[in-house]
Amino acid sequence: MMLDFSIYRYNPDEDDAPKMKDYQLEVEEGQDMMVLDALIALKEKDPTLSFRRSCREGVCGSDGMNMNGKNGLACITPLSALGKGKVIVRPLPGLPVVRDLVVDMTQFYTQYEKIKPFLINDDKQPPAREFIQSQEERAKLDGLYECILCACCSSSCPSFWWNPDKFIGPAGLLHAYRFLIDSRDTATDERLNNLDDAFSVFRCHGIMNCVSVCPKGLNPTKAIGQIKSMLLQRAV
Amino acid sequence: MVTNEASMKRNGIQDYVSLRATAAVITAFTFFMIYFFVTTSVVTFEVWQALFANIYMKAFTLATLISIMIHVRIGLWQVLTDYIKPTGLRAGLQYILNLIAFAYVAIGLFVLWGV
Ligand code: SF4
Ligand code: SF4
Ligand code: FES
Repeated sequence: MMLDFSIYRYNPDEDDAPKMKDYQLEVEEGQDMMVLDALIALKEKDPTLSFRRSCREGVCGSDGMNMNGKNGLACITPLSALGKGKVIVRPLPGLPVVRDLVVDMTQFYTQYEKIKPFLINDDKQPPAREFIQSQEERAKLDGLYECILCACCSSSCPSFWWNPDKFIGPAGLLHAYRFLIDSRDTATDERLNNLDDAFSVFRCHGIMNCVSVCPKGLNPTKAIGQIKSMLLQRAV
Repeated sequence: MVTNEASMKRNGIQDYVSLRATAAVITAFTFFMIYFFVTTSVVTFEVWQALFANIYMKAFTLATLISIMIHVRIGLWQVLTDYIKPTGLRAGLQYILNLIAFAYVAIGLFVLWGV
């Protein structure tokens, strides 16, 4: 069985413009595999094909890419899920391309840095041992801490495409909320102050592309809604 | 409390609330007009004039026109900051669009006054 691929190729040192290149892969009849495995097999034949990958099991977030028009992790996206016909693979949209499927994530990380993704606690006396949370307090972090920063969400968000320098984006905001509701964090007000402008949070128009692509099944839109209501409650 | 409002020009929370509040007025007006057309068998000039001669209808219409102006101001500012990156061009477009939005209110006011 022959599988057809069309893969985005761009080497800024040599090419004037990006182009789509066709590839074929011979596999056993009826065999399914992950997109990443197919890419690795294709790279054996054409070593110039570039992409990132590390864990190969949906944990590290390295291989976010656009497959048949939808962002996802190549390592946990089976070819069978992409339907019949040619598989079109492109880099994550909206981010500058370094080479082929490798994108420059600087803008994404800059937004992530802005939300101060670490616990801030100014308690005079930090606990001598563990920082105990009740089960209820801990449960609030579920659906937030699992994010692996693969950028599938932010790079599928039109608001992030148009204002990547001002809008934090779904991934960053998911993390912002993760620290806002952490019972051990004491910088809630400071954090909200930093989000209290017309772009950082409010550029989210609830398009929900982020929710539809997140390979971890997380819901950034919901977290963003919670941040908005925290900001509103503070304002009235 | 230090916020970076100044550098971002518009206030996110205020815009968020204003957009929704004005949308509610615009929606109410739309539903009212639908109701009017559905329940009025023949809309003659007299019926139409009588509707707008009512002082409450005048107030409602004016409130709707002002809501549209505010809604347009914020909404189009968001659209323009998304798509028009050169600042000068954006400021120019913003100016023209705001002027048009204002003209609708001004003209609407004169029309209502005349009924
Ligand atoms: S929220 Fe989901 S899609 Fe977005 S970066 Fe985290 S894991 Fe990836
Ligand atoms: S819901 Fe918000 S953050 Fe998510 S894709 Fe839409 S605009 Fe972007
Ligand atoms: S290679 Fe680690 S998430 Fe796909």
